[in-house]
Amino acid sequence: MRVALFVTCVNDAVYPATGIATVKLLERLGVEVDFPAGQTCCGQPQFNTGYRHETEPLVRRTGRVFEGYDHVVTPSGSCVAMIRDNYPRIGRRAAAEGRGGELAEVARSLVPRVYELTEFLVDVLGVTDVGAYFPHTVTYHPSCHGLRLLGLGDRPRRLLEAVKGLELRELPGAEECCGFGGTFAVKNPDVSAAMGTDKVRNAVATGADVLCGADNSCLMHIGGILHRQDAPLRALHIAEILLSTEAEPHL
Amino acid sequence: MSGTFVGMPAFPKAARDAVRDTTLRGNLRHATHTIRDKRAKAVAELDDWQQLREAGKRIKDLTLRHLDRHLLRLEESVTAAGGTVHWAADAAEANRIVGDLVKATGETEVVKVKSMATQEIGLNEALAAEGIHAYETDLAELIVQLGDDRPSHILVPAIHRNRAEIRAIFRDRMAGWGRPAPEGLTDNPADLAEAARLHLREKFLRAKVGISGANFMVAETGTLVVFESEGNGRMCLTLPETLISVVGIEKTVPTWQDLEVFLQTLPRSSTAERMNPYTSMWTGTADGDGPQTFHLVLLDNGRTDALADDVGRQALRCIRCSACLNVCPVYERAGGHAYGSVYPGPIGAILTPQLRGTTSEIDASLPYASSLCGACYEVCPVAIDIPEVLVHLREKVADRGGPGHRLEKAAMKAATWAMDHPGAMAAGERAASRTRALHPRRPPGAGAWTDSRDLPELPAEPFRDWWRKNRT
Repeated sequence: MRVALFVTCVNDAVYPATGIATVKLLERLGVEVDFPAGQTCCGQPQFNTGYRHETEPLVRRTGRVFEGYDHVVTPSGSCVAMIRDNYPRIGRRAAAEGRGGELAEVARSLVPRVYELTEFLVDVLGVTDVGAYFPHTVTYHPSCHGLRLLGLGDRPRRLLEAVKGLELRELPGAEECCGFGGTFAVKNPDVSAAMGTDKVRNAVATGADVLCGADNSCLMHIGGILHRQDAPLRALHIAEILLSTEAEPHL
Repeated sequence: MSGTFVGMPAFPKAARDAVRDTTLRGNLRHATHTIRDKRAKAVAELDDWQQLREAGKRIKDLTLRHLDRHLLRLEESVTAAGGTVHWAADAAEANRIVGDLVKATGETEVVKVKSMATQEIGLNEALAAEGIHAYETDLAELIVQLGDDRPSHILVPAIHRNRAEIRAIFRDRMAGWGRPAPEGLTDNPADLAEAARLHLREKFLRAKVGISGANFMVAETGTLVVFESEGNGRMCLTLPETLISVVGIEKTVPTWQDLEVFLQTLPRSSTAERMNPYTSMWTGTADGDGPQTFHLVLLDNGRTDALADDVGRQALRCIRCSACLNVCPVYERAGGHAYGSVYPGPIGAILTPQLRGTTSEIDASLPYASSLCGACYEVCPVAIDIPEVLVHLREKVADRGGPGHRLEKAAMKAATWAMDHPGAMAAGERAASRTRALHPRRPPGAGAWTDSRDLPELPAEPFRDWWRKNRT
């Protein structure tokens, strides 16, 4: 089984700890992980802002870089959703514009092999107890793309519930968007901040130490508000919680 | 505040004021969450909801594909049943037709059933210019009209008002429009409803002309259908001598059997009811029963353009239930007025730019008024993939290269170039990491982000460098 990590541009540049945790966690579970160095960005910022043609070189690159791998695992729900939902669309539109089937072919080949981390753990490896230990109270924010586009369902929750020492607290209004939304956060900063502030208020009300998510772009936005408000909890990617063990605790 | 949306600022600017209005935020939060929860319960009662949703989507798509044929069939059926059909290419033509029809009756007053199509074309203002008073008879529309206000929700146009505000509007304004509010009016909902009932009753009994829209038009029999809750619609549809209905061409369904699906999905999606209190259906005219003259004005006003767009056309499936407004986190904070159209919320953000184009500042900003969270798509009873259409419309706006978009396009091109050259991207990442001690968490010029959020601390090295050192 050849498994590639698609770390994503945000994790590469800003949250390498999430990428490292993903690698070490998969290795601990007996998976040999490769990191093809030609990878960059899935193109979601361009595509969702209305620059479909500017996205196409990144679709081609991502397809090329991950050719030959049985599974491509990424610790970012929204980047998986970009590939799964939008690569086929980009392919269809390019074909409709008379530019051939190359992009559609990239999508056809890549889409079935791409997994969000919790999907890969639960569906492909068949594990929910990854042997983690994390003695903290945690509340989980299911990011919209994981929740609605990927249908991650209770996979992250099952993984967290199996973590020794971890107490999971229900997040009120969990399914409401945090207000990040890519360029939405800067194009509509007031509404975005109002949504984020409500999310933070709900998270603080749980009394948890940690706000866990499976998408660092959302956590960058929520974490930025937490930091600004000096709130008593911190945002953390689920990969880093699942990596933590009694022998090597995360905190 | 005025009764029209002309000259609206772009969405982010209009939303900023709404976000800061704590009364409005409270009103909207309470109302949308209440109806959102009720809808979820009403929908959960049906085991076959997803099949109904799929059926609704397919009926609409199939009808839209052959809309020309169905419209001609509809015209034939309405005419055979004693009605007269008029075709209006745009708002001006529709307003002119309705104005001429009312003037031909010699009347100067009309009573109105709540109707989105007539709001869309600004019919009340057009009639006023001809010396004709149009009275809104839906309770919420009455509140909006008396308050010289604008609707902020498709189903609940006065959702931005609480009952204390409504009491003040009734007390101060009813006398100027007809029967004054009773002495000592309280803000008890039953008292407010009674005041509206008394005020409206004299208009129902006096009016000779009624104006409506329709939720559906059944082509095979020429039957029009209005779903409502208050009974005011039934009054307007039955008491006047002349009835004029202005309906968007996409409201057509071919057969009564098609209607069956929407009779189930529309009430549950809109008011969270198993069945709405009043469903009025009429087919042309009937001797000695109800209006003796019936006119149907079929309205295009941009719909044919939307139909020509293979991604955007799904917006024409909309049955105006407003479930998408009630779950939208952006609508909840920004309110309906910020959308600058009678169609607010997620559906408005994809419908308005298609009906009006994107030349104005507000219309060009609407496709961006969403975090693409997808809650709207999830609840839509005709499965309109609103996020897909939003992104599609963003592409159209960006392609036009309006204000700000030329610079943005250059930035996006540059980002794509860097990301298509991993060496350049890695060099950038390393440079940022090495100088990280110099990066403030609130750098100048980053206000759109940092007014409310700090930037993340940059790591000592990017992931790819860790990998190179530790795994190769």
